Amino acid sequence: MAGYTREVARRIFAQEFRESNLSFKDGDDQYAPQYLLTPTGAKVNRIFIVGTLIEKEDIGTDSEYWRGRVSDPTGSFLIYAGQYQPEAAQVLAECETPAFVAVVGKPSTYTTNEGDVLTSVRPESLHIVDGQTRDMWVIETAKCTLDRIKELDGSSPNAQRAKEYYDPDTKHYSSMVSQALKSLKETY
Amino acid sequence: MKQLAQEISARFSELGVEIPIGEIEERLDKMINKFKVPREEARRSVVNYFLKSYNIKRNEFYTGQSESPLINISDVDDGKWANIRGKIVQLWDNTHESISQVGLIGDETGTIKFTIWESAGVSTVEEGKSYLLKNVVVNEWNGKFQLNVNKSSSIESLDEEIEVGNATVEFRGAMVDIQSGSGLIKRCPECNRALTKGACMEHGKVDGVYDLRIKAVMDDGSSIQDAIIKRDLVEEVTGMTLESAIALAADALDQGVVLEKMKDSLVGRYYNVKGSRVDRYLIVESISPIFAYDASELGELIAAAEVI
Repeated sequence: MAGYTREVARRIFAQEFRESNLSFKDGDDQYAPQYLLTPTGAKVNRIFIVGTLIEKEDIGTDSEYWRGRVSDPTGSFLIYAGQYQPEAAQVLAECETPAFVAVVGKPSTYTTNEGDVLTSVRPESLHIVDGQTRDMWVIETAKCTLDRIKELDGSSPNAQRAKEYYDPDTKHYSSMVSQALKSLKETY
Repeated sequence: MKQLAQEISARFSELGVEIPIGEIEERLDKMINKFKVPREEARRSVVNYFLKSYNIKRNEFYTGQSESPLINISDVDDGKWANIRGKIVQLWDNTHESISQVGLIGDETGTIKFTIWESAGVSTVEEGKSYLLKNVVVNEWNGKFQLNVNKSSSIESLDEEIEVGNATVEFRGAMVDIQSGSGLIKRCPECNRALTKGACMEHGKVDGVYDLRIKAVMDDGSSIQDAIIKRDLVEEVTGMTLESAIALAADALDQGVVLEKMKDSLVGRYYNVKGSRVDRYLIVESISPIFAYDASELGELIAAAEVI
């Protein structure tokens, strides 16, 4: 199909997202999309997260700028929403914590003076959901992550690039997935 | 070269035309040896020359040389030649003098646009009848495939009735976005098109009729699917009726609140949608929220994670 196609929202656990630091553009064009490559080889331009909003804070000086922390079974994502994410900022302003939220957003990276790369999410939308949706997200993300781990030895360019750059320990990520899945059993 | 000349001569004699082989050879020789034309080009040129001088149609000469495969409409591919069995679903007004007929043809697997070019010189087709289109070529235009009936194609009418199917597709995933043009909308009373800023593309400024619809983006983590949800299903899935949506909008003096409310109740949740695919959209015929995961799937995944 010619022309524009919407980027798929990838499913990544917080731990893997936090351990990602390879950010690049496809092509030199000014408007070329920005991607984040994760250790299991997900090429992320959009991400879908369902988790628990555990903290929120308005860190803006002049205008509102909301920082939220969304936790999943493996860690937490940082969410930043300001005036250019009005819908998400409004929900953050009005909601109570803790709450189950679904976030669709773009990954963004920030490099500190020490050279560490911090990852966060700039939400396109943020909505309050229920616990079942969160559990289904965990299952789905586990499945997507396992599929990627299995693909790491394959020939796809993303997998090869991830292997070359991160040299990922597959045990590390499979036990992360396993831990996330087992946490679902504990809740019930 | 002798062989080439004999091949050409043999093909012409099948059509009942005897050409002195010397004449063919002489032309070939001139092309290939004197003017350094590649063999295949020379052959084509010589054939064309004799076709012209004996007034034979090109497609008569070339037919039967390669039979196109019979394929389903859902399997057509850009640039391929094909035979298609299908029923004429619709004929459209043709827009150009070089086009004889244009419309939509369908088989069990889907529908596709076809164009019968004037130059094809074939008899016309009728809406609702089934035909076998032989030797048509597929190309892509505006991101969609279409069939071209050209001068090497032929059309045979079929006695059987072909069932036009819209292969139903199912998509399971999270609704990650609801696009503009959703919620409480107005439609043109004449043509049912959605109005933009109170005007219809075709009929200009009209008094619109209220309707509900959702253009949703579904995403399963590896692919996306645009889905259009019509009023009855929107009412079912949001619990909001057209009347209550109109009342809500009237209270807020803004149609946008309906969309906001729909987003709040739908986006970020998992659904199973079924329907037929039209272009990039899935026209939803049934939608059901997924409330819980499958416990056996959890067990399987844990086991799968252990073995890596």
